[in-house]
Amino acid sequence: MSDNILEAHQVVKRFGGLLATDHLDYELPRGMIASIIGPNGAGKTTFFNCLTGFYQIDEGRLEFNGKSVIGLESYEITQMGISRTFQNIRLFNNMTVLENIMVGQEPHLKSSWIGALLGLPSVRREEEATEARARELLEFVGLRGLGDQLAKNLPYGAQRRLEIARALGAQPKLLLLDEPTAGMNPRETAQTTTFIKRLRDELGITILMIEHDMKVVMGISEKVTVLDYGRKIAEGLPHEIQSNPVVIEAYLGKGATAALMAQEKQA
Amino acid sequence: MNEELRGTIKTGLIAGIVTLSLGMIGILVAFNERFIVTDVVTLADLLLFGMAVAAGYLAANSLKQSSVVSKLLHGGLAGVLTGMPTFLLILLARSWEDIRSSFINVGPDLLDIVTLNNANEIMGGILLMVVFGVLGLVGVGIALLPERFRRPIFMGLTWSVGSGVMSDILSGILRPRLSTDTLRSLFGNTGLQPVPFTVLFVVLTAVFFWWQQGGQTRYHALRQNLTPSQQKNTRRISISLLVIFLFILPSLLGVYLSEIFNEVGRFVLMGLGLNIAIGLAGLLDLGYVTNFAVGAYIMALLTSSSEFGLDNPWSFWLAVPICILAAMFTGFILALPVLKMRGDYLAIATLGFGEIIRVLARSDALKPVIGGAQGILQIPAAQIGGFLSQTLGYVLNPINSFLERFELGILATNNNGEIVFGNPPQLYYLFILASLLMLFISRRLNNSRTGRRWMAIREDEDVAAAMGINTTNAKVLAFTLSAASGGLAGAIFAAKLGSIFPSSFELLISINVLALIIVGGLGSIPGVIVGAFALVGIPQLLSEFAEFRLLLYGIALIVMMLVRPEGLWPSEVHRREIHREGDDETAVPVSVKP
Repeated sequence: MSDNILEAHQVVKRFGGLLATDHLDYELPRGMIASIIGPNGAGKTTFFNCLTGFYQIDEGRLEFNGKSVIGLESYEITQMGISRTFQNIRLFNNMTVLENIMVGQEPHLKSSWIGALLGLPSVRREEEATEARARELLEFVGLRGLGDQLAKNLPYGAQRRLEIARALGAQPKLLLLDEPTAGMNPRETAQTTTFIKRLRDELGITILMIEHDMKVVMGISEKVTVLDYGRKIAEGLPHEIQSNPVVIEAYLGKGATAALMAQEKQA
Repeated sequence: MNEELRGTIKTGLIAGIVTLSLGMIGILVAFNERFIVTDVVTLADLLLFGMAVAAGYLAANSLKQSSVVSKLLHGGLAGVLTGMPTFLLILLARSWEDIRSSFINVGPDLLDIVTLNNANEIMGGILLMVVFGVLGLVGVGIALLPERFRRPIFMGLTWSVGSGVMSDILSGILRPRLSTDTLRSLFGNTGLQPVPFTVLFVVLTAVFFWWQQGGQTRYHALRQNLTPSQQKNTRRISISLLVIFLFILPSLLGVYLSEIFNEVGRFVLMGLGLNIAIGLAGLLDLGYVTNFAVGAYIMALLTSSSEFGLDNPWSFWLAVPICILAAMFTGFILALPVLKMRGDYLAIATLGFGEIIRVLARSDALKPVIGGAQGILQIPAAQIGGFLSQTLGYVLNPINSFLERFELGILATNNNGEIVFGNPPQLYYLFILASLLMLFISRRLNNSRTGRRWMAIREDEDVAAAMGINTTNAKVLAFTLSAASGGLAGAIFAAKLGSIFPSSFELLISINVLALIIVGGLGSIPGVIVGAFALVGIPQLLSEFAEFRLLLYGIALIVMMLVRPEGLWPSEVHRREIHREGDDETAVPVSVKP
């Protein structure tokens, strides 16, 4: 097994005439915290959706742990060990917080409906264990005591955290976070950044995130990849990316680098 | 014209147009036959005058910080306006000789009601508006009452009026147990006599007032103070009492009311099944009648002694599991083509299945097998014979001879020592058995991993898949298990009627079942029972409703969606939410621990 948990080779995803990802190569070493950045519409979330079976790619190879994920249903990919959160929070709103996390543990549950009808002891034990595990996760993400609330009634920051707890229920090897700090205030953002780092350090989960907040990206990423129009335009350590003229132009438009340089010279 | 005056006029006119409609579609005339208080107030009076009171109440309530006088003025105006459209109708009816050729319900009966039996119609119409104005003032009076008085009075009135409307049942139950004279002093032909009605109202109001002023808290305190073992015993006793009550109920109700209970039971069964598909898994299935029809036809084919049946007809008990399995198989097969569909598309497709089954049942192609429009006859009633019924007889007979002293009884054996589920009180036991079984199964599924998967799919199918749920399997399972209960209901239905025809399996059944689970509360098991009583039981009890059944369904659904979208008896989670609405729970501080 190679040391890369995730490998993408020449991945192409088309929407009609639009190339959402354009012959994308990507490698993610195990145990890393990596970020994907890029302007709106650069194909970041599309890439996530291809990875998790929401979309099927048109060309190329996609391998997780050395096994191809092409053609697999999204639930099968989750069972292999990739979990994700969503850019616009998508919780099971009318279920309780605890139930949300219990659903997250699906890949590891075995009991059948027949067992549930008969009230088998094994089923009851599994339910109890699932609930206990859900409470642990609740505590781990700092939402202790909110288990009986409906998910939709949690404040925004807590909802983001619940989404991560739900994703952790599957005990993933790779966690995809789609803008985990979107809409958060600076204090919440700082907390979440620490929290993401804990996920890797304490649980050993490889983390790939899409993020716009440069403080977060530069603060914890060990590798930053920049996408623009579905192509990878730069990749490297945070400080390398920060000063890369191609990246600045992708964000701010042509000529931006020159202007910035001129500004610096004046100062 | 100022804002508030415009609001009052609007309220009054809306109430007026509703009143007018009630008259023109014939509800007033039909409901005028049923007295709530014998020879004093009919159901029609209640609707008519209730409308004016409601208009006054709403008008007064929508005024912000006004003096009592201006509230009274607004309420009175709203009341008068409630009578206005009806007054115009009276004028129109006078000048238009053959108004009945266009509006069939505007006849002398209706005019008698709306002119308050006045010979001079114009005088009657004016009187109506004056009375309505006064009632509007009554509405204001109600609005001015402090909440702690208004609530008990409202509850007391609701329950005593309810008893008046349902007085047939009460008198039916009491008839064998009371002397004719006592009975006559309590009940008229329809409705409660004035004195008992007043007493009931006063007593109920007092009880509700006491309950609200401290009874409730004291009751809860009392329950809290019980030791755990005492609590367990109380629970056991109340459950035992409930079971005993359910067992003697048909002898209490008599044949006619038992039959209504059986109808309710049939719809409870179907409701519990459909609740799995719609309430839990969010699959809007409008063709539920399919499963019901399959269950009924399989039962007919297996047990009928007619030419469509087997040479050696099966017994009911052997056929029931086959009916259930057949319905589940149908559910499974029909689930396959619609798996990729969601929401509206799924609803339309399943609606189609429901129609297909009816067309197939009456088709000539299948006529040699299932009888076409003539249906299948000679389906025997379910019965228990031989050793089992003898053994049961040893238990049942002594109980029955004991209960006979109180004019009560339970499941009985016939002269041959067999138990035949032939008449409504006997069939009741079949329905209650089946309902309890399905209730148990629903509950187990509801609180299991399977139920959780369904709920996740209902909430967001894509995300459910991303959580590792095989949504295809879960949806097929939901359709399959949901069908089982319909098949069971169909099987019992066939054995109950003794003959089945395609006309018994129309679209309306699917719609009835859907309506009752919405009114009861989507996803709620007790809601199914409450919904079935509200939408199936009440219209059967009040024969006047029959004609307006669909209209009332529509009104019930609209009102529910506006006033109580969570249903009459919402599922636990939803109820918890309602209790919480008041306090700001979302303010709980949340922080990641370092």
